[in-house]
Amino acid sequence: MTAERKIRVLIAKPGLDSHDRGAKIVARALRDAGMEIIYTGLRQTPEQIVETALQEDVNVIGLSILSGAHKVLFPKIMELIKEKGMDDVLVFAGGIIPQEDIRDLKRIGIKEVFGPGTPTGTLVEFVQENAKR
Amino acid sequence: MRVADYLNILLFNREYVNIKIGGSNNMFDERKLREVSKERQRWETTKVPSWIERHPEKKNKYSTVSGVQVKRLYTPEDIEHFDYVKDLGFPGEYPFTRGLHATMYRGRLWTMRQFSGFGTAEQTNERFKYLLSEGETGLSIAFDYPTIMGYDSDHSMATGEVGQCGVAVSSLKDMETLFNGIPLNKVSTSMTINGPAAMLLAMYIAIGDKQGVPREKLDGTTQNDNLKEFFAQKLCLFPPKPSLKLSTDIIEYCTRHLPHWNPVSISGYHIREAGSNAVQELAFTLADGIAYVESTLERGLKVDEFAPRLSFFFASHNDFFEEIAKFRAARRLWAKIMKERFNAEDPRSLWMRMHVQTSGCTLTAQQPVNNVMRVAFQSLAAVLGGTQSLHTNSFDEALALPCEEAVRVALRTQQIIAYESGVTDTIDQLGGSYYVEYLTNKMEERAMRYIDRIDAMGGVSSAIERGFFQKEIADSAYLYQKEIESRQRTLVGVNDYTVEKDWVPMELLRVHPEVEEEQVARLRKMKKERDNRKVKEVLDKLHDETDRDRNLMPIIIKALKTYATLGEITEVLRTVFGEYRELIVV
Repeated sequence: MTAERKIRVLIAKPGLDSHDRGAKIVARALRDAGMEIIYTGLRQTPEQIVETALQEDVNVIGLSILSGAHKVLFPKIMELIKEKGMDDVLVFAGGIIPQEDIRDLKRIGIKEVFGPGTPTGTLVEFVQENAKR
Repeated sequence: MRVADYLNILLFNREYVNIKIGGSNNMFDERKLREVSKERQRWETTKVPSWIERHPEKKNKYSTVSGVQVKRLYTPEDIEHFDYVKDLGFPGEYPFTRGLHATMYRGRLWTMRQFSGFGTAEQTNERFKYLLSEGETGLSIAFDYPTIMGYDSDHSMATGEVGQCGVAVSSLKDMETLFNGIPLNKVSTSMTINGPAAMLLAMYIAIGDKQGVPREKLDGTTQNDNLKEFFAQKLCLFPPKPSLKLSTDIIEYCTRHLPHWNPVSISGYHIREAGSNAVQELAFTLADGIAYVESTLERGLKVDEFAPRLSFFFASHNDFFEEIAKFRAARRLWAKIMKERFNAEDPRSLWMRMHVQTSGCTLTAQQPVNNVMRVAFQSLAAVLGGTQSLHTNSFDEALALPCEEAVRVALRTQQIIAYESGVTDTIDQLGGSYYVEYLTNKMEERAMRYIDRIDAMGGVSSAIERGFFQKEIADSAYLYQKEIESRQRTLVGVNDYTVEKDWVPMELLRVHPEVEEEQVARLRKMKKERDNRKVKEVLDKLHDETDRDRNLMPIIIKALKTYATLGEITEVLRTVFGEYRELIVV
């Protein structure tokens, strides 16, 4: 078996809200599953998030938001990702995001949106199955 | 199970209690206690094993959420050194374990205060009037994130956030709309605001001035607990030192001018929601309280001048008895700290007046109607714990901001406890329960150990700089999550008793994007129409006074009356104080 590069994940908090409990739990769970985790800290602009993702050469971006600003901020992030040619990066999201918004978010390239109560095991599996290495 | 049944199980069994007057310190007659011990051992070695053989217990180990081992049964042995007068006393008297007031809810119920705010000031003004007409007795304002972070609605960081999680207030103009038709001498108002608390309080004072309500009549609370922001709520504007300065400015100003205002609400709620357990919530909150007292004493105020107006804010989580024990222990511990550490003499300085909110993080997005029951148990715990004020969460909050119908159910839950359950007829209903007294002692002991550790680190500010709280909270949050995932803890509807399709009985509240456009347009118009020369003058003066380390309340009131905005004022403060950079602890 060849030594496989570890999956690198950026956990990012766009928006002004400070609910980082979920983001930190996801970061720890993915780390415990053997991935490399970079956590941005709170209140990152779309530009800062995509810049960090580029510099850290990540395979995956996990976006966490509970403020309701996903409708404005997520499309901006996805546009910037396309602009930078990072099409192979897997993007998923979590937080309090209404069902009817999820369809729109998937249409712009967010692979999956996880709500409250999702077991971390589900996330680990999802990332392992979908991340391009 | 009804409360009355709990009482039957838990209250003193008179045969075992033999109160001695004078003589030994023990409440229990030693001979009787030995008899209890002997009988318990007999029961444990004969009755219990034979029963367990046929009916095994569900778990090998039982523990509270904070990790206190829970035994099968509690007896007088577990509170062997219990001293009624010293440990409990009487309601309204030191150490206040049984309640702050002599008659508690027989005389006056707790304040039913629902946190609310969304969209524009007009929309929230309507919601306030609705809540008042439904029997609510106090207002509580939720601000949107730009307001909380000191940004005007037209700032680039505010994009997409205006009115989403609370009401947008960028200037005195918005606050005037928010309180249109609500006389400030008829309501008490709580504002969940920290970094820019001085500005929002100043707006409230300015509205009082306009309505002709004297400052000494203003009644309410500013959260103004900037310390917990650094490790729990994390909505920090300025570095720790100037943040503590601003909190202290408000305490000092209110002590001198707003005698009925609670200048700070020392908050465990956010510590708990960020993931701590009940003991950490209790300990870290009281440690913050100690820091505010010390900081205000440094201004030259006497402890009895300001301590009576310090107020507290806790969460009520799922573990029913642990929560009740936490509230009782909190009151007793704070009274001891104020008396022994700060030599307070006014009995009101020893009072821990508390507001409680049911725990948002326990609400599930799955089968949301089940949350009605969670909220009911949590609020019952708060009432049995003797709270002065209560917010009940709405069952749809894991999905969206609450809609009007869900808010009504939440408020009705409080009214059912208050008027139907009968629990308000007597005081500290669980006082004397072997289990509750044992847990109350445990909570106090364990919290005190944390407080000693924090003191040894050099106090709250040093502990924040070391990331101590952040690490403790993140560890507890992860542990709790793991317990749920390994099914050591059952979460009904989430890791057990799940269904294919959830039932949500009503439409969720949506805040429409037009709110942002309207708010920004209104703000820009206001900025054009005001006297901008006056605004500049007053902002320069603010800069000057900030530099000189003056108490900033008077100049901020003056600035807001010229319609200088929240964002403009915060910007001046940022220039002088600097901006806080988050210490990331995963």
